[in-house]
Amino acid sequence: MIELSDYLILGAILFAISVAGIFINRKNVIILLMCVELMLLAVNMNFVAFSHFLGDTVGQVFVFFILTVAAAEAAIGLAILVVLFRSKRSINVEDMDALRG
Amino acid sequence: MTFEKFIFYVLAAVLIISATMVITRKNPVHAALSLILAFVASSGIWLLAEAEFLAIVLVLVYVGAVMVLFLFVLMMLDIDVATLRAGFIKMLPLGILMAIAMAAELILVVGPENFGLDKFAAPARHAADYSNTEELGGVLYTVYMYPFEIAAVILLVAIIAAIGLTMRRRPDSKYLDPANQVVVKRKDRVRMVSMDAEKG
Repeated sequence: MIELSDYLILGAILFAISVAGIFINRKNVIILLMCVELMLLAVNMNFVAFSHFLGDTVGQVFVFFILTVAAAEAAIGLAILVVLFRSKRSINVEDMDALRG
Repeated sequence: MTFEKFIFYVLAAVLIISATMVITRKNPVHAALSLILAFVASSGIWLLAEAEFLAIVLVLVYVGAVMVLFLFVLMMLDIDVATLRAGFIKMLPLGILMAIAMAAELILVVGPENFGLDKFAAPARHAADYSNTEELGGVLYTVYMYPFEIAAVILLVAIIAAIGLTMRRRPDSKYLDPANQVVVKRKDRVRMVSMDAEKG
């Protein structure tokens, strides 16, 4: 039988991979957005596993809402990326210094 | 090892390999395609956890909509991959170290001694006529009615925001307004001139 810890360890490894992805691809905004999607997937994995093992549907309802918000986030993030590319002709994070941060 | 566990490990291996390819591929299009593979593999894992509705939603919404949007944007942009990869090798050891440390810490917490089968027994399988969609819908449309409507409004806001951000007026474009073309009258365009015939 699949243990609960199997799902949780898989989610933890997935989360660690996406954090490493943010570290090593820190100039490419579009890969950063993909890493955020992977992180949300890792979190959703935990929600689904706990929902299955505790016999509670609420975990799946929560995943449903996370999917909704993640879809909205991806749409707006990509729209911002397109606008940014139009004005700067680049998606390099280092070129985004208009606020002098 | 049961067949179910074998399937789980195969899907988990595909998921981890494709997630690693997402963060290491040079070409962003390859990264997006690997992310699609990761979503499909995790959808299979959710099927094993009896979350059938969410597994299908993951494929339909993520693979069908969000990743296609990603690919569209990737192909519209003219990306210079070389400058974006500049710090890749330099940051690679730190990234690997971070990932290993983080995964080790998380696995120590969520490992089998805390969340094993003796702590959380595997739940009994549902009957063949059990509908996960029906149960989820029964909760979603009653207890979580207002959050559901708010989620719909969030999606509407996202649509309007995405259109509002990317739409631009282009005064230099040779755009013709069809409404003005339709309402034009004969006298606006044709001028009758009466003149004597030319004598050759």
